[in-house]
Amino acid sequence: MKAEINPNNLKVGSNYEKVLASGQFACTGEIGPPKSADFHHIEMYAEGMKGKVDSVNFTDNQTAIVRLSSLGAAIRLLQLGMEPNLQVVCRDRNRLGIQSDLLTAYAFGVRNVLCLSGDHQCFGNHPGCKGVYDVDSIQLIGILKRLRDEGCFECGEECKVNPKFFIGCAENPFGDPFEFRAIRLEKKVEAGADFVQTQCILDMERFELFMEKVRERGLHKRIYINAGLMPVKSPKMARYMQTGVPGMLVSEEFCQRLEKAKERGTAKEEAVNITVDYIKRCQQIEGVAGVHIMAVAWEEIVPTIVEKAGLLPRPTF
Amino acid sequence: MIVAERKPIEKILEMIAPYKKVLIAGCGGCVTVCLAGGEKEAGILASQIRIARSKNGSPIEVLEQTVERQCDAEYLAKFQEQAEGVEAIVSLACGIGIQYLGERYSSIPVFPGVNTLFLGANLDVGKWAERCFACGDCVLDKTGGICPIARCSKSLLNGPCGGSQYGKCEVSKDVDCGWQLIYDRLKELGQLDKLKEIIPPKNWLREKGPRTLVREDLTLESRN
Repeated sequence: MKAEINPNNLKVGSNYEKVLASGQFACTGEIGPPKSADFHHIEMYAEGMKGKVDSVNFTDNQTAIVRLSSLGAAIRLLQLGMEPNLQVVCRDRNRLGIQSDLLTAYAFGVRNVLCLSGDHQCFGNHPGCKGVYDVDSIQLIGILKRLRDEGCFECGEECKVNPKFFIGCAENPFGDPFEFRAIRLEKKVEAGADFVQTQCILDMERFELFMEKVRERGLHKRIYINAGLMPVKSPKMARYMQTGVPGMLVSEEFCQRLEKAKERGTAKEEAVNITVDYIKRCQQIEGVAGVHIMAVAWEEIVPTIVEKAGLLPRPTF
Repeated sequence: MIVAERKPIEKILEMIAPYKKVLIAGCGGCVTVCLAGGEKEAGILASQIRIARSKNGSPIEVLEQTVERQCDAEYLAKFQEQAEGVEAIVSLACGIGIQYLGERYSSIPVFPGVNTLFLGANLDVGKWAERCFACGDCVLDKTGGICPIARCSKSLLNGPCGGSQYGKCEVSKDVDCGWQLIYDRLKELGQLDKLKEIIPPKNWLREKGPRTLVREDLTLESRN
């Protein structure tokens, strides 16, 4: 599907940016790099997502567990002819290390970067390690913007060939203080974020409430808002996330749909159906520009969800 | 104050195993207030060591002395007499006192009798909590008087991460979210607009190694 776009409206010109700028409903996937020196799974999942999503996120040592780097995975994806979205957390590197990786990423062709705080190191497999947090995610956004728009590093020194990234951030509509969440998103917009991918939405009503707050501040006109969605195939997992994962809200409706499906032996199908329903609901919410599908440890299901949601074919330019 | 806790007796016995005469050096400063290393605790430790060593058949002579502060050369001099006759010293001061005592009596091994934990407040009897990181560039004016460096588990300067929920930090339900506290305080003060300010990357002030402070107006040279 060929889409029209005015190139003058683009900051970077990545495919993801083009889709969003063209006003079409964006759709991105995510792959968690493995805990081993092996590209096999990345290649396999990437193959499945080819042509089905606009960009693929690579998580950066997610849940503070050592994995193949998001940068390495992103470069591999570029080699496969697809577009990555490089996740960068503030937990593992200082501003020196992060900016160095950003130069490398850009030189290889990475154009989308998502700035995150990162899960606390105590959750991971090296809980005694020193968390860095030299800069926070909002400061990191500012660093990317300065590199792109002013051509200089955080210290103010010139960067000759400066990386120009489509700058992303996350926001959690389910975290507290709830009243602060939209303000925090506004700070990210002010710092220079171009797009946001929300934490996964397992409580649609709360997300709608968050979007109300976002619209009150006019943020939906200043940043591309992508709703994060996660297919959950196990009702037990849904219940665990409801009570045991900090910063998450899971609605009763979500859990019960999965539980009833499990009794019928169709939990997996229902997980897909719920995600498809949520995508359709997101399409109806004013200010939502796309969805980001995080099928954690179930990456192969992404193409099915995208197809069932009627999001194919993806736009090309 | 500086909050510390006594090291387990087994660890201390291990450190001083080769010696037959040691001095337990207490400190009358912070560690006295937090009941980790004052005169009373020095006495208790000395007794524990004597009992343990006589039980295992290697008796030891243990001296005890507590001075006003171990972070001050003037008071450290008071250890002179006792220190001269011992093979090792166990200091119950914070890490500062332990090191400064070692500098003063450099020919004698000085061992830590406490673990220095943090800069904190005494919340209740037997309860202390961290309040300051000594970062060297105070931002309390921007955050309602609550420190995001010390109170946020990630030392975030621009608001809570996604793991804040029901007022608690993602690391534990027993830990308050520092940014929830900041939000609540600013709300109470009618200063929520302060949350909108973007605090830039911090100068952590460690780029030139260990920090020092010289007050020219106070040095002896300045008076001469």
